[in-house]
Amino acid sequence: MSVEALNRAKELLGAVVVSTHSYRGDDTVIVDGANIRKTLETLKNDPDLAMNFLADLTAVDYFGREPRFEVVYHLRSFKTGARLRVKAQVAEPEDGSNPALDSAIELWHCADWMEREVWDLYGIKFRGHPDLRRILMYEEFVGHPLRKDYPKEKRQPLVRRPPDEV
Amino acid sequence: MGLEFYTSRLGDAINWARKYSLFQYPFVTACCGMEFMAVWAPKYDVARFGAEFPRFSPRQADLLIVVGTITERQGPVLRRIYEQMCEPKWTVAFGVCASTGGFYQNYSTMPGADQCIPIDVYIPGCPPRPEQVLDGLMMLQDKIQEKRGFVQVRERREHDELLKAKGKLKVIP
Repeated sequence: MSVEALNRAKELLGAVVVSTHSYRGDDTVIVDGANIRKTLETLKNDPDLAMNFLADLTAVDYFGREPRFEVVYHLRSFKTGARLRVKAQVAEPEDGSNPALDSAIELWHCADWMEREVWDLYGIKFRGHPDLRRILMYEEFVGHPLRKDYPKEKRQPLVRRPPDEV
Repeated sequence: MGLEFYTSRLGDAINWARKYSLFQYPFVTACCGMEFMAVWAPKYDVARFGAEFPRFSPRQADLLIVVGTITERQGPVLRRIYEQMCEPKWTVAFGVCASTGGFYQNYSTMPGADQCIPIDVYIPGCPPRPEQVLDGLMMLQDKIQEKRGFVQVRERREHDELLKAKGKLKVIP
């Protein structure tokens, strides 16, 4: 069933697909980060696929590889029960600024906190996100701790008083 | 029958009373809490040591028990709870995470609760056996009797100065 979903996704997306692979029932479509919004919209709105549930949204830092980041979307169809994983490749900009790609929040509202988490821990920005703040770490935290170049031993003690302290 | 009386120094008598009526505030954040419950349950029965009564308000407690992992983000909260407790007050780090950070060696975990509050007794173990906890409690009672606990304001001030020097404390209460 899932392989059918993968074939259908390949058929729909066409040239947008960078590569695909299928391993023990886990089907993956890899696309470029610039096309992610269009890709997700296509997969969600197609009546055959109907990938109407975003189960997870996370990221991976392949430090030393180009493109460096992959943002991973785990999709599920309540209609067919099929699962599909979409990986968006995101390169780090030359000027050292934060990489960015389009937000999925208009397609799935649950992407809100997951995109905030990816921003917090990996420093990947989501264009169109209404409230892209840190969610796990505190506001004073500098850097993005799950990046592979974040020093393992680096500690940033929080010395702030609680906000209601006068 | 002659005159019966008992002599003691007043401080010793007060400390004797204090060590057998510890009202504890459990600051439970992680899995050590299960072991904490085991200690407080009838099988190990910490009531035998006069410490059976958890107060879920720091203002009514003498003994702050830090049970479980403390993250950097929780530091100011724990510090504030500690400051809300009235004198005399003591603290116990329950389990290896509260003592040293344990096996967590990362960006988010505080390497020991003593990074933000002074600790009297460290109970290692992941989680500690109830016998270890009772042993730690008896060690604390010995400290209280001998006035070696943080009952002395001076010692706690020294710890605050240490934290301040490390940049881990902004406001000295």
